[in-house]
Amino acid sequence: MKTQASRRGDSLCIYLSGELDEHSAPTARAEADAIIDENTGCSRAVFNLAGVKFMDSTGIGFLIGRYKKLQKYGMGMYLENPNTDADKILSLSGVYSLIPKI
Amino acid sequence: MNEMQLKFLSRSENEVFARNVVAAFALPLNPTLSELSDVKTAVSEAVTNCIVHGYRNAEGWITVRCVIEGEKLHIEISDGGTGIEDLEKALTPFYTTLPEEERSGMGFTIMQTFMTDFSVRSERGKGTTVTMCKDFGARGSDAQ
Repeated sequence: MKTQASRRGDSLCIYLSGELDEHSAPTARAEADAIIDENTGCSRAVFNLAGVKFMDSTGIGFLIGRYKKLQKYGMGMYLENPNTDADKILSLSGVYSLIPKI
Repeated sequence: MNEMQLKFLSRSENEVFARNVVAAFALPLNPTLSELSDVKTAVSEAVTNCIVHGYRNAEGWITVRCVIEGEKLHIEISDGGTGIEDLEKALTPFYTTLPEEERSGMGFTIMQTFMTDFSVRSERGKGTTVTMCKDFGARGSDAQ
């Protein structure tokens, strides 16, 4: 699992790549949280999932955890470019009603 | 009929190993990429449960047994861990006993949705066994 970030205007873009499961989630969580903590001046965070090749419900817990953290900073959260498999699990679990896909 | 059994320690790095072995075993059934992803996700959910709930992150053995019968892949995933206290609650979407760990409570719902058949039996102090089946002959019109 790899986590990278860039700024697009006042949006913080976080790029995740690899397989998001029980094994990789703790590192992804620590890395994403460090990036968020350094960029609290942004109005929103966009998680780009294009590089996520596999995701299970641990990934859902990870995304909802980041959503709650961002909420505390008054930042919105959005998802973009999930692959078909990630999209299926995100739709099924109702994540998009909290974290919209753009 | 073909059969295989896999036994490994309840370490999280074995999740990727378990789901990829089961996917490889299923290949003779000519699954679509989407079907393979369903199977991998369901296996990953069951193995996560063994590690996180069954053994509560202590070390124990997890067994995965797969049988191919016609166009069906039967999967049985067992641990010898703590067992499930309230099975009915555990099967409820979004229910989790570990909300402080950012658990989604969607594991069983995903297994039920992604597989053709699903059942779970558990005995407190003895362990839990999840039994699932994917019927590759029951493809809908959306099969790719």
